[in-house]
Amino acid sequence: MLEASGLTKTFDGLTAVEGASLHVERGTIVGLIGPNGAGKTTLFALLSGFLGPDAGRVVFLGRDVTGLPPHLICRLGMARTFQIVQPFGAQTVRENVAVGAHLRHRGRAEALAHAERIAHAVGLGAELDKLAVNLTIAGRKRLELARALATGPALLLLDEVLAGLNPQEITEVIPVLRGIAAGRDGTPGVTVLMIEHVMQAVMNLADRVYVLANGRMIAEGAPAEVTSDPAVIEAYLGHGAAERLRRAYGAAHAA
Amino acid sequence: MRGLAGIAAFAVAIALMPAFVTSGYALNAMIMTLYAALLGQAWNVLGGFGGQFSFGHALFFGTGAYTMAVLQVNFGWNAWAALPAALAAGGAIGAAIGALTFRYGLRGSYFALVTLAFAEVFRILANTFQFTGAGVGLMVPLSERAADMQFATRAGYLYLILALVLVGFLVSWWLKHSRYGAWLQAVRDNEESAAALGVDVLRVKLQAIVVSGVLMAAGGAFYVQYLHYIDPHIAYGPAVSVEALLAPIIGGMGTVWGPLLGAALLHVLGETTRNLMGDAPGINLAVYGIVLVLMVSFLPRGVMGLLGTRRAARAAGDA
Repeated sequence: MLEASGLTKTFDGLTAVEGASLHVERGTIVGLIGPNGAGKTTLFALLSGFLGPDAGRVVFLGRDVTGLPPHLICRLGMARTFQIVQPFGAQTVRENVAVGAHLRHRGRAEALAHAERIAHAVGLGAELDKLAVNLTIAGRKRLELARALATGPALLLLDEVLAGLNPQEITEVIPVLRGIAAGRDGTPGVTVLMIEHVMQAVMNLADRVYVLANGRMIAEGAPAEVTSDPAVIEAYLGHGAAERLRRAYGAAHAA
Repeated sequence: MRGLAGIAAFAVAIALMPAFVTSGYALNAMIMTLYAALLGQAWNVLGGFGGQFSFGHALFFGTGAYTMAVLQVNFGWNAWAALPAALAAGGAIGAAIGALTFRYGLRGSYFALVTLAFAEVFRILANTFQFTGAGVGLMVPLSERAADMQFATRAGYLYLILALVLVGFLVSWWLKHSRYGAWLQAVRDNEESAAALGVDVLRVKLQAIVVSGVLMAAGGAFYVQYLHYIDPHIAYGPAVSVEALLAPIIGGMGTVWGPLLGAALLHVLGETTRNLMGDAPGINLAVYGIVLVLMVSFLPRGVMGLLGTRRAARAAGDA
């Protein structure tokens, strides 16, 4: 469904993403993890058209979408959320979600009705008439999700929708995400590519995981494989960490 | 649909006015208030609903006014034929300014400054060219026939401006209840988010400045027909730009009734100032300035915001 190859982006001599490739299969949930500053959000911006890559290309649903503006990519069926939530603050939850719904619904009444359905699906049903500025962080994260979902995407790019939530809230949102991916009430499932730091969620949800470090893809595979990969451990904990961990664990086993 | 009923009721009430009010002073006050409301409605489309604060709406006003005057005076056009041309000219200037500014991502104070600068450039041009009457201005021949869009009584002008304000109302109502309006307000609140939800931000802004320009040009055209005279300072000077933005800021930006409410309050304020302080030059502008500062500091959502908050509080109480 999504095929990115050799994506590179440089800002004033600083290479944020270098030759990154990834592949997302229809109907799967793919995780994108990596230490802070690895270039994950930049990679999302390259995929969704907010930034144009210096090199590489993005193919979505068999179409080359490299360099297309974001609104056209969204129309083709790729929707994204923002790590730093960006609600339309002066508008209600219903109006916020309706902006997304208008992409596939011309009429105001239809869009508002669709927005209501989506809001219920992500657990915002009780807050439809609240102004977006008055939502809690957890509420705003759900709003990001609802708006993106309302555009009727085939592929959803989620940029840390769980960051800033407490463990209770995370436990509540995980089934919502699984429901979106699986599809329900006759709606088709949505393929998901998610940036996530909450490992509980990644291990729980993702079918496959990519690891980005210093702008490069350093590992790819099932979540359990990837998290025990020495290269990944070193990326997170520093050079030599894998070796030290192995020795420490080895010593523990020997004792 | 309740909103439309309110607009219709307002139109009927104003249309009945000449049957009861005969005082020329009172009718003139209504005409000037509706005229200020029209300028406010025009600014409100781009500034209130679209979040693009123009400080040079005189650009569209003056272009509408001059198109109206030049076509009648220099080319002998009928006023009713000149009106669509004036509206088109306002829209065209809107498209041109929009293409220049929005394409390069100018926002906020930069956008405001560019509009102000363009209005000044046009003022100087109008001051220079012979076909605009240069510094002397243009006088539209008096005819007082409806066929020339002139009227022997004030009531005629009241109906004319009422019709234009009704168009402004319908545009505002449509922005509140349509997909395009939802997109425009989304762009106002967060461009990035809007783009991420499939909104073509540039296109939406361009359409807004064109609609705004057309409505503002209608205000300019009305001015020429009502007062029969236009000169560069009236047409492209900052006074009109300020007048256009004051009404919606005071009444409530991005609301249907804000511009009219603001225009009415400003009219009362202007008259009171004149009664209290006499015709000292510039005193009304000083008062407007103070009101503007107070509004922005204490009531950023305008008088409608005050009403809206109370309504919301009531709704919350019911729930």
